[in-house]
Amino acid sequence: MNGGSVDLAVIGVGPAGMSAAITARKHGLSVAIFDEQNSPGGQIYRNITGLGSDRLASILGEDYLAGRPLADAFADSGAIYRAGTTVWRIGEGGVSWISAADSGETAALHVLVATGAMERPFPVKGWTLPGVMTAGAAQILLKTDQTVVDDAVFVGCGPLLYLLAYQYLQAGVRIRALIDTTDKSSHIAALPSLPAALLKPSYLRKGMKMLSAIRRSETPIHRGVTEVDFSGTDRLQAVRWRDRVGEHSIECDHAFVHHGVIPNVNVTMATRCTHRWDEAQTCWRPETDAFGRTSLDWLTVAGDGGGIGGAKSAALSGEIAALGIAYDLGRIDRSAFDRASGRLLSKRRRDLAVRPFLDRLYRPAPRFRAPVDDEVVVCRCEEVRREQLAKAVQEGCPGPNQLKSFTRAGMGPCQGRMCGHTVVETIAQLSGRSPQDVGYYRIRMPIKPVTVGEIAGLTASQGEPS
Amino acid sequence: MFRLLEATGRPMTAIKVDGRTVQAEIGANLASVLLRAGFQPFRTTPVSGEPRMPYCMMGVCFECLATIDGITNCQTCLETVREGMVIERQLGASPIKPAGEGAP
Ligand code: FES
Repeated sequence: MNGGSVDLAVIGVGPAGMSAAITARKHGLSVAIFDEQNSPGGQIYRNITGLGSDRLASILGEDYLAGRPLADAFADSGAIYRAGTTVWRIGEGGVSWISAADSGETAALHVLVATGAMERPFPVKGWTLPGVMTAGAAQILLKTDQTVVDDAVFVGCGPLLYLLAYQYLQAGVRIRALIDTTDKSSHIAALPSLPAALLKPSYLRKGMKMLSAIRRSETPIHRGVTEVDFSGTDRLQAVRWRDRVGEHSIECDHAFVHHGVIPNVNVTMATRCTHRWDEAQTCWRPETDAFGRTSLDWLTVAGDGGGIGGAKSAALSGEIAALGIAYDLGRIDRSAFDRASGRLLSKRRRDLAVRPFLDRLYRPAPRFRAPVDDEVVVCRCEEVRREQLAKAVQEGCPGPNQLKSFTRAGMGPCQGRMCGHTVVETIAQLSGRSPQDVGYYRIRMPIKPVTVGEIAGLTASQGEPS
Repeated sequence: MFRLLEATGRPMTAIKVDGRTVQAEIGANLASVLLRAGFQPFRTTPVSGEPRMPYCMMGVCFECLATIDGITNCQTCLETVREGMVIERQLGASPIKPAGEGAP
């Protein structure tokens, strides 16, 4: 069979996937690891092995460069690394994958999903216009190719938005304005979590350094923003917002939007392992124990895909998960397992101390998660607006899966990745239920669109001896 | 318009973008090159013909689709520049397979 057989198949080569592979190899497991990108790092350390410019390295900063030793250790780990490869089926016994040059199946005793986070959807009027992209997307452009744009408006809230603004300022790229949607009530709501956050003050210190650099720059900052929309014919021409005083707008060609990150649950949802709604992070996450073990005995989750914790915690989760797998497969004994995992678990606990504070402070206001304006496009692929969603709910549509037949929402190529959370929260809000009760899209294989021909090709090649 | 922060010094190649010849760094992210080349919009939607451009740059949103070397529905944000690449704009309906639905 093309693809062979290993002890552990890992999906995703970000901090969690890389460190899981390193640890698993250290304990003698054979590992195959798959990733859609052409180089390791995931989104957080994207292009970490190909940077090539000292200036860019200093702009991206030391937190980004922390990915280098990890990527080096990963390169030396002896894991089979399939770059530029999409896993389209995952199940007990292994994964099916396809790349530009090749396709196959890899049998595995255990599967680890480390597919990380994605940015929360930003469903406001005009968010589909050319010229509007996520702050994460803009940062990827900076990391991969030093591609930047002058005079963009930064809209939203959360550490990544401020980090990108800081990096743009370091690079000497002009910023038109920062339109900050941090909910005023969050300042108070986050206070009880502050003492815990202060146990790990380095995160707050860095955050404050970024924010004060942005403040010191000439960038106009607009706070207390409660509504935002984008307008233009055929492309972005203006952003309009509302605050306590009234309505404002500025003309612009580019806007970077951001309302935090959520686990990219598409792959884990497709496995049908148990997920639950996390109210603190307002997102779905797979239910796991401390070692990332899911409700399926062949499946473990590590990193932000199991709940948002950031890059350092993701790397620790990868190590912890790999230890658990090595133990479960009988490759390390109990005392070695306890010794190694105890230390890592407490390290991760310390690193996560800042999370509840950040989660609460930058939780997007309800109307940014469940739009109230009927015109807002909820499902970008099928162009389903909030109005159609509300009508479906009124007609008795009970949840996201039934919504597909009512409106086609979630049936486009992204398979609900972009609209899933918005749809769930909007249905919950309209029907007075909890998101947990509303449920999520039933994700089916293939996990990514592959053509029938590609699958047929795969089946044919499987028949051949290899 | 998107631009390079500084010249990268990477080897260049000529690719075709909607009939136009564009100089691009070999190995550069394709969506990034197309943004810098002013390729706009990347595509129009099958439903209403709305113009769309890359939104996520990480393979999630499928807004960056284009036809590459005759193959439709390629996610340009997951591609890197190869010599002789030919990129065409996808207008309106194209035979995209509704993922996860009706799979064999
Ligand atoms: S820009 Fe989102 S998939 Fe390419």
